[in-house]
Amino acid sequence: MDELPIRTGDDVVRVRQQVRVVAAKSGLSLVDQTKVVTAASELARNALVHGGGGLARVDVVTSALGRNGIRIGFTDEGPGIADVDLALTDGWSSRDGLGLGLSGARRLVDEFELTSKPGSGTSVVVVKWSR
Amino acid sequence: MERVPVLKIGTTLFVSIQIDLQDESVVRLQEDLADELSATGARGVIIDITAVEIVDSFIGRMLATIGSISRLFDAETVLVGMRPAVAITLTELGLSLRGVRTALNAEKGLALLNGSA
Amino acid sequence: MDVDNTQVRMTAYMRDHQDKVVGRWSELVAVGLRGRSSAAELRHELDDLYTLLLRAMSGADEQAVGELRATLAEMSRSRARNGFTPTQTALGVFALKDALYELIADAAELVPEYLAFSRMIDDLGLHTFETYAAAREQIIADQADAMLELSTPVMKLWEGVIAVPLVGTLDSARTQLVMEKLLETLVATGAEHAVLDITGVPTVDTEVAQHLLKTVSAARLLGTDCIVSGIRPQVAQTIVSLGIEFGDIATKATLADALAYALERGGQHIEKRNSGLPQQGPA
Repeated sequence: MDELPIRTGDDVVRVRQQVRVVAAKSGLSLVDQTKVVTAASELARNALVHGGGGLARVDVVTSALGRNGIRIGFTDEGPGIADVDLALTDGWSSRDGLGLGLSGARRLVDEFELTSKPGSGTSVVVVKWSR
Repeated sequence: MERVPVLKIGTTLFVSIQIDLQDESVVRLQEDLADELSATGARGVIIDITAVEIVDSFIGRMLATIGSISRLFDAETVLVGMRPAVAITLTELGLSLRGVRTALNAEKGLALLNGSA
Repeated sequence: MDVDNTQVRMTAYMRDHQDKVVGRWSELVAVGLRGRSSAAELRHELDDLYTLLLRAMSGADEQAVGELRATLAEMSRSRARNGFTPTQTALGVFALKDALYELIADAAELVPEYLAFSRMIDDLGLHTFETYAAAREQIIADQADAMLELSTPVMKLWEGVIAVPLVGTLDSARTQLVMEKLLETLVATGAEHAVLDITGVPTVDTEVAQHLLKTVSAARLLGTDCIVSGIRPQVAQTIVSLGIEFGDIATKATLADALAYALERGGQHIEKRNSGLPQQGPA
């Protein structure tokens, strides 16, 4: 498991590169690699810009049926999100990718788990499986 | 910080993004292009992203912003060479980049600029 | 599943009576296979399995359990390939219990360990069944993929025009495939127009419309203009009643109309020559 700090813009680039390496190793197709790296970029940026900095953890995971996948966890100690449902709403056909980009990132991955409380930071864990 | 060079050929500005852009470089590129457009009176901007593997919402918005800035200078922007995987991902993210014209490569992009000028 | 390695007495007994147990086991399994496997081959296979089982039960060797499960899985797959049902394979494993029971009926000190042993064999038998099921699932999944591939052709219709005839339901999986194939073809051919023909799509609801719009959006990022053709009267009515907006995406009734439109937009023009058919020579 790799643990990467997110404190600067350079760190966001580093997270992208690391996720790309692990995604390729997990056997994801090129399109799927692009999707998960882009999602990671969105979430890392969020942690930096809205969370005041944080951490990313990148893992290779295996499903019960033996499929490989990549799991990435983002944590920050920021102010947290008051209305999680609202943050996740904008659907595909509305607005041009503004806001926190969480719903966009969610569409790019297979599993998406968000936990956040005002005052206790935010945690997002995403998984993308190989086909 | 890496700075993306802006080339001027005739009345067109060419930008070729070769690296994994860091946020500062992205903002710097926007500023440099605005400066060049103002200084040279260029009528078109071609941004070549053939080598770009990841375009997230930040970079996507920068590209859309460059389009808007160019129009203020009465110039047209064409984004060329987007990779299929990037296009599919951007579409999934909900970014349609309307307001920026697109073409498969620089040659077609130039044809587009000359056709519409 | 844990192969119990606390069955010390059972293990010892089984080791001492290997020949007899495997012999009886072979006989029982042969009955179930109804003569479709040679006696010598069967004996050999079961003997190997038995030895592996003993290794696992004695706990001396860490890889034994893994090897045992792998060997059983392979046996299950091989039997399936030869037309045996998974039940036959599993029963073959369970038969070991019968073979052993017949022999230990007089050995009272083994009876307490027999229950644990029996459970262990049950687990192993079920494992062969699960392997069979998993293999079937994989075949079905592979066939589904093959069908998806076959029913999503992307073809060059004319210089600069790509056609994508969509047949069947347009769900997320197919949309992903269509986008990937279409975009790759656009890059390869340099086409500036693409026709998405939906004549073969039975229903167009909001979800299907969204899939179409996504595809058009993606193609646009590569500088290609899309035309949606094949809109049947009922489909047109549904689209309007659902309030689906195709915005500035051109839509045409037929593929032919769409082609004409694409050629026009691309500055291409088709002319009919007056000379017609070549002249026939003198009779």
